[in-house]
Amino acid sequence: METKISVKSLNLHYGEFHALKNISIDIPENSVMALIGPSGCGKSTFLKALNRMDDLVPNVKIEGTVLLDGKNIYSPETDVTLLRKRVGMVFQRPNPFPMSIYDNIAYGPRIHGVKSHRQLDETVESSLCGAALWDEVKDRLHKNAIGLSGGQQQRLCIARALAIKPEVLLMDEPTSALDPISTMKVEELIGTLKKKYTIVIVTHNMQQAARISENTAFFLHGEIVEYGETGQLFSMPKEKKTEAYITGRFG
Amino acid sequence: MKPKFHRSSAKTTDKAATVALYTVADLFLVLLAAFTIYIFYRGAVAFKPEYLSFTREGIGIQFFNTIYLVLISLLISVPIGIAAGIYMAEYSGGGRISRFIRTCIETLASLPSIVVGLFGYLVFVVMTGSHWNLLAGALAVSILNIPSLTTVTEDALESVPELYREGSFGLGATHWQTITGVILPAALPRVLTGIVMAAGRGFGEAAALLFTSGMSSDVNFRNWNPWSRTSPLNLLRPADTLAVHIWALKTEGIEENAAQLSDLSSAVLMILVFAFSLGSRCIGDRLERKITGSEPKGSKKAWKRK
Amino acid sequence: MKLKREKWKKEYLGRTAVTLAGLFIIVLTLAIGAFLFYKGTATFTSDHHTVAEFLFSSNWEPAQQGSGGKVGAAIFIVGSIIISAFALLLATPFSIAAALFMTEISPSAGRRILQPAVEIFVGIPSVVYGWVGLTVLVPFLAKVFNLAYGYSVLAGAIVLAVMISPTITSVAADAIRSVPNEYREASYGLGSTRWQMIYRVVIPAAMPGILTGVVLGLARAFGEALAVAMVIGKMQAFPKGLLSPTTNLTAEITASMGNTAEGSEWNNALWAMALLLLIISFLFIVIIRLIGKKGADKT
Repeated sequence: METKISVKSLNLHYGEFHALKNISIDIPENSVMALIGPSGCGKSTFLKALNRMDDLVPNVKIEGTVLLDGKNIYSPETDVTLLRKRVGMVFQRPNPFPMSIYDNIAYGPRIHGVKSHRQLDETVESSLCGAALWDEVKDRLHKNAIGLSGGQQQRLCIARALAIKPEVLLMDEPTSALDPISTMKVEELIGTLKKKYTIVIVTHNMQQAARISENTAFFLHGEIVEYGETGQLFSMPKEKKTEAYITGRFG
Repeated sequence: MKPKFHRSSAKTTDKAATVALYTVADLFLVLLAAFTIYIFYRGAVAFKPEYLSFTREGIGIQFFNTIYLVLISLLISVPIGIAAGIYMAEYSGGGRISRFIRTCIETLASLPSIVVGLFGYLVFVVMTGSHWNLLAGALAVSILNIPSLTTVTEDALESVPELYREGSFGLGATHWQTITGVILPAALPRVLTGIVMAAGRGFGEAAALLFTSGMSSDVNFRNWNPWSRTSPLNLLRPADTLAVHIWALKTEGIEENAAQLSDLSSAVLMILVFAFSLGSRCIGDRLERKITGSEPKGSKKAWKRK
Repeated sequence: MKLKREKWKKEYLGRTAVTLAGLFIIVLTLAIGAFLFYKGTATFTSDHHTVAEFLFSSNWEPAQQGSGGKVGAAIFIVGSIIISAFALLLATPFSIAAALFMTEISPSAGRRILQPAVEIFVGIPSVVYGWVGLTVLVPFLAKVFNLAYGYSVLAGAIVLAVMISPTITSVAADAIRSVPNEYREASYGLGSTRWQMIYRVVIPAAMPGILTGVVLGLARAFGEALAVAMVIGKMQAFPKGLLSPTTNLTAEITASMGNTAEGSEWNNALWAMALLLLIISFLFIVIIRLIGKKGADKT
């Protein structure tokens, strides 16, 4: 399998705080990589470093390289907006914009310069289909997205991310605010999406990581303790700390 | 025994204070009610149909001037106020410049309107070599409005949830696209409320207008060519508003019905103020509801309008 | 190159525009300051009066043309100070009481009834206050106190008090509302009555905010022109008491500015008054800042 993202000795500081310590990892294409670990271990920070959302935080200092298809995204010539178009993101809490479902999906294509109505209509339909939401909302595309249920909102956010045709999807605990049924739907969706996209998902739920991912990385105190094939990592962890975590002894 | 005595005296004080506070609150309401009723009563007593005419006998001209002048001033102050508010909330970064701008906003906000009027007189009338004119008055009112519009916009933008911002950045939007596409629309109810409130204040402004737009008008309501001096639409003609008219009637009113015209003007002015006060509430509530959920209509259009 | 153009359109154009608007506010403020300073100091530079004469002499006979008259503005200054001070004295207890009512005694009635009432009061144009003062208050005072005219310091102070009390009320109410509820619970927990809680805990905790409201009210009173000018009688003399007429800075400016020739001593002296108003309003801001800082230090 091809490597989509290759991280080499990534260090990240928030002011004095050393949040990510010397991270190196390869993320393979068209698969799901799960990031697990106790809260505050740096997994969300790492996720945000992959599309430079951490740029928005004041006093942040980053060293090392993150290669996307072999190009360093932290090099000065990177256009951050284009990077984020290629590496889309879904957040922990569903955050649809306070506008219609249609406008939510069309927002991304519009800011990247798509004006044709035909094209926008098509993108909206295909993205919603891609996020398994089309049938539920096709009759109310012009209603406010805030009226959707939590699970629908999160799938809308996934559809919104799909609409800009990303190559990588970053998901930050996308089901933590959802009920079990919605969670199941989103997990099913992730299963189909990985055929076309490279997915990196942060989760606090180890069963979820085991269910949906090919590879898993275990974070602790800003370091990657261990990473590898998911089945392997859960059944035969190499490190004591990993074993302690997955058997529920801390975290 | 002693603590018990103290206890009961504390309770008496408490009762007395409660009664006093209730009295003050009631007094407040009674005063407002009396004020309002008095003004409307006087307005109604003074009312004669011909007073509504657009001639020297009526206050139609002043009514038109009031609306027109405030409208022009909003056309000037709203873009500047919103833009400055966006700058303060999104780009200023809280550094030295932003602190200095904040001091400037506070200074402008606390300027007595007569001082703004004098500045307007000096810069927009004397230095341009013109006479009292409507545009000068609108500019003076704009100076009074800009600080509050800036502050309202800044507060409104800052209260938009961080989630929206992240969502937009995550899609590769630039900061500016995020502001115009998501943050400003979400903040719109509060910004609009601020604009309507600014309009309400504009209607009542007089001190800033005495020496800018002047205390008289000479217009012909059959002449709608904006370049003609006697056209109501002309921006460079003198234009007295209702509030200025009340002042002028009091200080140099020679008409025998000056008192009645003042009464009527006051009542009309109060109606305008009430309407805008209520209006700003309604707009705020309606839009807030629309944006935070239930029953959105034509939100697709809302995008296109931008 | 195309990418740069694109980026310019998507980000820098808007960013530049709003930054210019921010800078415009600085320019505007400095321009107002500079123009008023330039015009307001002409009395002292080109007409060669001393600042002391302007501030402390009551001899006000500025020349209509050229110079050579007297520009002692003490009467106007004293008038402004006395009237606003009395207005503040009348309005403050009343406003704080109203603020306490809407926050501590009956928050629901406060929110539904008093708050909107206060907002409407704030919105009433000052000429309307002046007009009602002129038609109701002035005749009323004349009758009650058996005066020839009711134009007086008292009339001005009452009109201003009614005008500024909504401002003080709403700022004070905000300050009281932001007092953490734990304080109230702690006070009740120690067995205090509601009034003891208000008097010993809430008011002290909200003091900086309340004072800010008071200073804002004072600033508004000091700078108000037309409402006062309508009811104080515009008599050029120190007031002999609460019931005698006098005049103040804003009344003199509004009454005379239109009648003076640009650049005359009289005109310059009026500008000096305007500059004084500007300086005082700036002083009020400094005071509010100091109060804010002290409040922040305390917590």
